[in-house]
Amino acid sequence: MAISLSLTRFGLLGPPGGQPPGDGRDAVLAQLRQPTLIPPGHGMPDLAEGLRLHRARAMEVVAARRERRRPEFVHQQEISRAEAEFRVSWAIASTLPLHERLSLHWGNHFTVAAQQSTSYLSGDMDRAAIRPHMLGRFRDLLRACTTHPAMLNYLGNDRSIGPNSPLGRRSRRGLNENLARELLELHTLGVDGGYTQEDVVETAKLLTGWTIPEPGPNGTDIAFLADRHEPGPRTILGKRYPEGGEEQLLALLEDLARHPSTARHVTRRLVRHFLGDTAPPEVAPALARVFQATDGDLRAVMEALVTHPASLSLPPAKLRPPVELVISVARMMGGRPARPMLFTTLRALGQPWMGAPSPAGWPEEDQAWASPDAVKSRLDWALQIAGQREARFDAREVAEAVFGAGLSAETRRALQRAANGGQAVALLAMSPEVQRR
Amino acid sequence: MRHLIGRRGALAGLGSLFAWSYAPRISSAAGARDPRLLVVVLRGGLDGLSAVVPLGDPAYAERRTGSEMAQAGATLPLDNMFGLNRNMPALAEMYRAREALILHAVATPYRERSHFDAQDLLESGFPSLVRGERTGWLNRTLQQLPRGERLPPPRGLAISPMVPLIMSGAAPVETWQRQTFRYADDDTIARLLDLYEARDPVLAEALRRGAALDGVMQADPEAMGAPAARQAGLPDFTTDAAAAARIMARPDGPRVAAISYGGWDTHNNQGPVQGQLGRGLAALDAALGALRAGLLPVWRDTVVAVVTEFGRTVRVNGSLGTDHGVGTVALLLGGAVRGGRVLADWPGLAEHQLYERRDLMPTTDLRAVMKGMLAEHLGLEPRLLGRDTFPGSEALRPLQGLVG
Repeated sequence: MAISLSLTRFGLLGPPGGQPPGDGRDAVLAQLRQPTLIPPGHGMPDLAEGLRLHRARAMEVVAARRERRRPEFVHQQEISRAEAEFRVSWAIASTLPLHERLSLHWGNHFTVAAQQSTSYLSGDMDRAAIRPHMLGRFRDLLRACTTHPAMLNYLGNDRSIGPNSPLGRRSRRGLNENLARELLELHTLGVDGGYTQEDVVETAKLLTGWTIPEPGPNGTDIAFLADRHEPGPRTILGKRYPEGGEEQLLALLEDLARHPSTARHVTRRLVRHFLGDTAPPEVAPALARVFQATDGDLRAVMEALVTHPASLSLPPAKLRPPVELVISVARMMGGRPARPMLFTTLRALGQPWMGAPSPAGWPEEDQAWASPDAVKSRLDWALQIAGQREARFDAREVAEAVFGAGLSAETRRALQRAANGGQAVALLAMSPEVQRR
Repeated sequence: MRHLIGRRGALAGLGSLFAWSYAPRISSAAGARDPRLLVVVLRGGLDGLSAVVPLGDPAYAERRTGSEMAQAGATLPLDNMFGLNRNMPALAEMYRAREALILHAVATPYRERSHFDAQDLLESGFPSLVRGERTGWLNRTLQQLPRGERLPPPRGLAISPMVPLIMSGAAPVETWQRQTFRYADDDTIARLLDLYEARDPVLAEALRRGAALDGVMQADPEAMGAPAARQAGLPDFTTDAAAAARIMARPDGPRVAAISYGGWDTHNNQGPVQGQLGRGLAALDAALGALRAGLLPVWRDTVVAVVTEFGRTVRVNGSLGTDHGVGTVALLLGGAVRGGRVLADWPGLAEHQLYERRDLMPTTDLRAVMKGMLAEHLGLEPRLLGRDTFPGSEALRPLQGLVG
């Protein structure tokens, strides 16, 4: 089956009739050249509002404890539900589906999951940290994500105190190594990237002070609290970073972004995400060379990936993760029915919104989503949404209009022989052409 | 169920494809056994002192003041020292029948206060936090099970949308979760199977297994999928428990499974009798009762282990709750469990006896309990238990006399 780069490998399917001719490569490259469109908030919390919710919750918890009552605040799940609806609707309507794929990929590379206040802040992380930089320089993306309050909160850096800082000496609290470890292991160098436990501890010390912004004088917010920053120079990966407060971290991130292990790790993950587990071994190193030659220009890296012959020659391998499946099927069907609820659907399909099981994010293996219960649930879901399609929706016509020559004879036959229109819609949604990319 | 008849037909058509097709045979003095293990993970940190109350410790009443907190004292007596929370009659019944063994002042090696990290350690079975790719001790248990006459790898079952860490690893694991959508009709399943068999063998195999698993749930009118009869005001833990029991009780069902329940992080208005915790314990008790009922034909060869990531502070906090602590309880239930006892090297609740002057001091390592149970119940080799199942615990002696 010939793969369409714009629909399948780098896309999220799409409405019938809007398909670019041929393999879709030019359409993908054209999307890469577009500036990323940042979704307007549409009432979703921006950073200021997220911080307000976070602070209100913290104050209310203390007050309620004092007054011996149940605390009342805007629950994270409320924000999470609204955010999921908004983000998925935006992706369904998008004319730049590759950008949505990249937002999901980098959101997974820099995973934050619902914990403490992350749900108040994670929407802003997508809009203000990931999207503006995901086709720019990796170092800017890294800096924006590492210092974003959602990340600082999720990986506990807001609770990490330098033992020799003024606050550290007053309190019994100490270092939290989470962010340091994930920064090196997951976000930059990779687990085999050549760092030691000592580097992790030094990085954790260097990271102390970066926290969820606290209100400063004149309505400003302060993201770096010097009184909990571990003073002194740090040595990481053999390089000395002189004391310098905030500047110390920014210098480290510059170096990490340029490290050859980072080029290798980041490009490996991109290749695995878009080409699958069986991509030829020479693809990732080729991308890593582009990464290094361009000082981490992610647009150039993506262009190299899209134009690599393996992008066309490899068959679709990966089962679409549930969130991509929901978006893709909705794009193909001209919208998403209100029921079943998105939040419920994603949980039932195994990918609850903001629910990644660990900082490593959702799994990337080709068959990660192919567990029996998950596949069966996909079918149950497909039948349910098929029951709500518009009467004029004809799965056979849509399949031809979307996939054309890419439709397999077996799928075509299954659709033509379907017992009724609803069953045909479910079979189309469950077909390998839709399920895999 | 709507497709009752058709479902049976479909199941027959699927043949023996619902195949964990595996049966360990563990020889023992009593003859060959076919043991099953279900681990119930309570997420959030269960307050062990409210579940199994140390009535005989004079410091208990002092520390647990406040109206509802004190009421936890109105409990079912277990022995001279402990009483069981009165919301747990099914557990009390198992205790009386000597099928419930209670362990108190238990903890994993974790001594900090993060749920995130504590659950990580509880599930990975590692002695300290490890980042990156981790596996769970229950999955490693699967890999070490003595193989039966048939050789396909044993499969685990997780009652959850995703495989939790405790079940993650090289051994194959299937998941089952309560049905959110209506079940697909058999005709559509059959047509899709045809398509997958021609185009996508991986999806074909997954769909076949998934459909068979759902078929078990629908196979008779008492079946699962619809929520269990709910008691007003209680969280429904029973539906998942009954489903797990149903799948595990099958002759070709999985022998090792995990299920989790949340809601134990009772910082505010803990209410061990009528409040949040009281309702949670009642729901848990109903679930444990459903497990016993569903597994009754194989109860003699079953162990249900109930564990939580940590306990809670001994003192009541300002909002009538408790905060993250250390020592807590663990339960072993089953027909062959040497129950009717509370096993505890009781450290005492006077302030100087507490861990960091705030938490129940752990005197038993949870890994020693699990190692003892795995050795006696599943016949795992002691050498592997300290090296592979719970790495770095070679020096920790498995508790003996728990099962059998």
